[in-house]
Amino acid sequence: MSRIGVFICHCGENIARTVDCARLAEESGKLPGVMVSVDYKYMCSDPGQNMIKRAIAEHKLDGVVVAACSPHMHEPTFRAAVVQSGMNPYLCEMANIREHCSWVHTDRELATEKAIDLVRVMVEKVKRNQELFPIRVPITKRALVIGGGIAGIQAALDIAAGGHEVILVERQPSVGGNMARLSETFPTLDCSQCILTPRMVEVARDPRITLYTYAEVEEVEGFVGNFKVKIRQKAKSVNADICNGCGDCWNKCPMKKIPSEFDAGLGYRTAIYVPFPQAVPNTPVIDREHCLKFLKDKCGVCAKVCTRGAIDYEMQDEIIEAEVGAIVVATGYDLYGIGKEQPNERWKGYGEYNYDTYKDVINGIQFERLLSASGPTQGEVRRPSDGKVPKSVAFIACVGSRDPEKGIEYCSKICCMYVAKHAMLYKHKVHDGQPYIFYMDIRAGGKNYEEFVRRAVEEDGVLYIRGRVSKIYKDGDQLVVVGADTLSDSQVQIRADLVVLATAMVPHKNAYEFAQKIGIACGSEGFYSEAHPKLRPVETMTAGIYLAGACQAPKDIPDAVAQASAAASKVQLLFSSDELEREPIVAKVNEVTCVHCRNCIRVCPYSAIDDKEIRDRHGNLIRMVAEVNEGMCMGCGTCVAACPSKSVQLAGFNDEQVFAEILALGHE
Amino acid sequence: MKIHYYPGCTLKVTATQFESSAIASAQALGVEMLELQRWNCCGTVYSLANDDLIRQLAPIRNLIRVRNENGNAVTTLCSMCLNTLKSANLLINENPEKKRTINAFMDEEEDYDGGVEVVHLLEILRDRVGFEEVRGKVTQPLSGLRASPYYGCLLLRPEEIGIDRAESPTILEDLLKSMSAEPIDSPYKAECCGSYQTVDKADLVIEKTRDIVSWAARNKAQCIVVSCPLCFFNLDERQKDLAERESGTALLPVFYFTQLLALALGLGAEVCGFQKHVIDPRPLLSSKGFI
Repeated sequence: MSRIGVFICHCGENIARTVDCARLAEESGKLPGVMVSVDYKYMCSDPGQNMIKRAIAEHKLDGVVVAACSPHMHEPTFRAAVVQSGMNPYLCEMANIREHCSWVHTDRELATEKAIDLVRVMVEKVKRNQELFPIRVPITKRALVIGGGIAGIQAALDIAAGGHEVILVERQPSVGGNMARLSETFPTLDCSQCILTPRMVEVARDPRITLYTYAEVEEVEGFVGNFKVKIRQKAKSVNADICNGCGDCWNKCPMKKIPSEFDAGLGYRTAIYVPFPQAVPNTPVIDREHCLKFLKDKCGVCAKVCTRGAIDYEMQDEIIEAEVGAIVVATGYDLYGIGKEQPNERWKGYGEYNYDTYKDVINGIQFERLLSASGPTQGEVRRPSDGKVPKSVAFIACVGSRDPEKGIEYCSKICCMYVAKHAMLYKHKVHDGQPYIFYMDIRAGGKNYEEFVRRAVEEDGVLYIRGRVSKIYKDGDQLVVVGADTLSDSQVQIRADLVVLATAMVPHKNAYEFAQKIGIACGSEGFYSEAHPKLRPVETMTAGIYLAGACQAPKDIPDAVAQASAAASKVQLLFSSDELEREPIVAKVNEVTCVHCRNCIRVCPYSAIDDKEIRDRHGNLIRMVAEVNEGMCMGCGTCVAACPSKSVQLAGFNDEQVFAEILALGHE
Repeated sequence: MKIHYYPGCTLKVTATQFESSAIASAQALGVEMLELQRWNCCGTVYSLANDDLIRQLAPIRNLIRVRNENGNAVTTLCSMCLNTLKSANLLINENPEKKRTINAFMDEEEDYDGGVEVVHLLEILRDRVGFEEVRGKVTQPLSGLRASPYYGCLLLRPEEIGIDRAESPTILEDLLKSMSAEPIDSPYKAECCGSYQTVDKADLVIEKTRDIVSWAARNKAQCIVVSCPLCFFNLDERQKDLAERESGTALLPVFYFTQLLALALGLGAEVCGFQKHVIDPRPLLSSKGFI
């Protein structure tokens, strides 16, 4: 026979106004198995909690029902209270008579009847509750950071500074990401490389950080605290241990006309190359798709000139396996393709801007390279077609962004600022030049941002035209930009020597496939989804995987760095204990009745269920069953519903408990 | 290949040279255009008012005529007809209720199912015949002819019914290249010619004509190529007005694409009706040795 205590809270007037709490206590006391039933004004207060603790000892209770607010509010409070009296916390349940009853009803009589029902349901459940104990999983205190842009670098440095090992993986031959390509940064106009390169060097120098460049994460398995990852180290064809980065090889390489990815196609690189002078590591790689040795088995100049014998044409890709406890995803962004060819159906491109056709229509990152001292023009603003210094430049904001017709609805957030910066820097370099900016509206929310835009207008004479551009065409050696000026309600035509399109920030082109590979979610645009848009902005729905930088949403450098540090602190929080304690509300498979139909494995949204082999003592395989990984199970119950042989049960919510609750409702 | 053909009024009156050159060229390329036995006005201007269903009766009645002759598809030449027929199709396919209303109203006709495909001759040339096939049939290459293609508005917009990318079409250029002519790119090629404004605001149309023609002339085009009778009229007729107003204006002949196609296919000037042009194209063509 059960010995249940029922404790009814008035919540001040919140419940008592609508529910007759005295009557509820009286009726609850009559339920079979209920030893004590009392009501009190504030059950969550100290005296209220003490009332429960005393009753447990006095009446030797083996179950407690607190009828009060939502368990989201005070379940932890009451469970902690019963623990102090020596009761297992999972023998205490709450009946929600506030959100589910008093707050949503007006008729006191009916509300009281409903409250009695709610208590009866919970009493029947608690009678069948079993003691549950927290699940403990060990934690590998090593983090994987995917992406070596500013966000990944910041996260790696922060985690390492906390004393933990970090593996940093970068696709490109050097860390630095998009920030390394920028000239100067808003709103302070400090040189991007000057502030970034010390961080890049630090990453390479820190003994706790293992850096893999020219490498990609191939596979992620396991769960929070216990991930197993496979990293493909692409063959660099250069032995990094011997190479001293002297540069003889790339200076002598005959393939000098390969468009440089780093310079966004405006400059050239060789087949053996480092992407930019300050690259970290300063070890070149051979781009085998353009190298004569690999294409035609000719040349071999780099091996001949290398005095240290570091060139290794035979080098193969290598798979590196590692165990990590947490993962920070910082894979960054791409730019919207403006041309006629688009990577997906939804994107329409801007054929009317003739980006593919006219060399002097360029995008924002290309203009950054024209402004940058390490760029193809050594920082002089010269247009790509004929090297002339442009005397008028039209900047067009929101190309792709905020344009559902062209496939993207969101605002890319950084363009208003960098367009102002571009116009300003252009004016600083070409004093007699005239910058024009076509814009929709100016979004300059951020510290010193609005002031920066005002400076562009007031001190540098940038002409802002509010309106969209309908087309760009070539007339002689100039470009005619046709657009609207919606403030003066007229059509305008600007003759420009150069046009710069501020194209939308879009997720990395393989973002969706990569999300699937590592088991995180992404939104319809392909940006990775945070667990909660406000309260859990750096976590993913997958425990142990965190987000940093523009892979989550368009953001500027300060935001990316702040998020990276936040992700790093979440990792340190996880690493602060040796074991991970989790709620025991997890599913369990009955191996006797499981027929291994794999339904549960297919439906599990957290990939927490796997195949298990059952073998006899000689090691012969007898049969296969499903097995729930307690470290990953989130207790959603999807597998329970999907199992045709009723072989999966969710601890704390098993069939016996749930059916008892339903039966208790039908007592009349 | 046989396909039903809806001419529309202009093709029978002011643009007969468009029709004759089109039918002959199509024939030479193995496409038989069968004129509908009964047809009426296309409705001319597609009604933008959504509740103005009475204006959809004319185009839909024409589509029913195609069904009456057991047809699944119909081709047309005039951009206005194409736009009106295609838009009516789109409207009723997207709004089953409006389809019911229209069918109920026209109780003397068979119900229309919305399934007749409306295609422009240019689409047939591109998608069914293929420009490579056209190139193979060319006996009189138009080498050295610098032509400025002009699409106007109704062939390309709205996007859902346009025959090519609305902002940067290339179908006329591709056709011209298959005949060895040299297309000139123009920023005005997809702009409106001024359309019916020509009736009471001729000045406006003259302005548009000046933009289009002067660009072409400055970029050394020798002629303009169109596919719409109204564009043709505006550019041909108003160019003459422009020349009368402003001395020194270059006069560029205007062609339907089918006229050049007929010449390239060796069908001769007889099917081209060049005598109907305001700006006589024959001096240009004979200087090139095409006629």
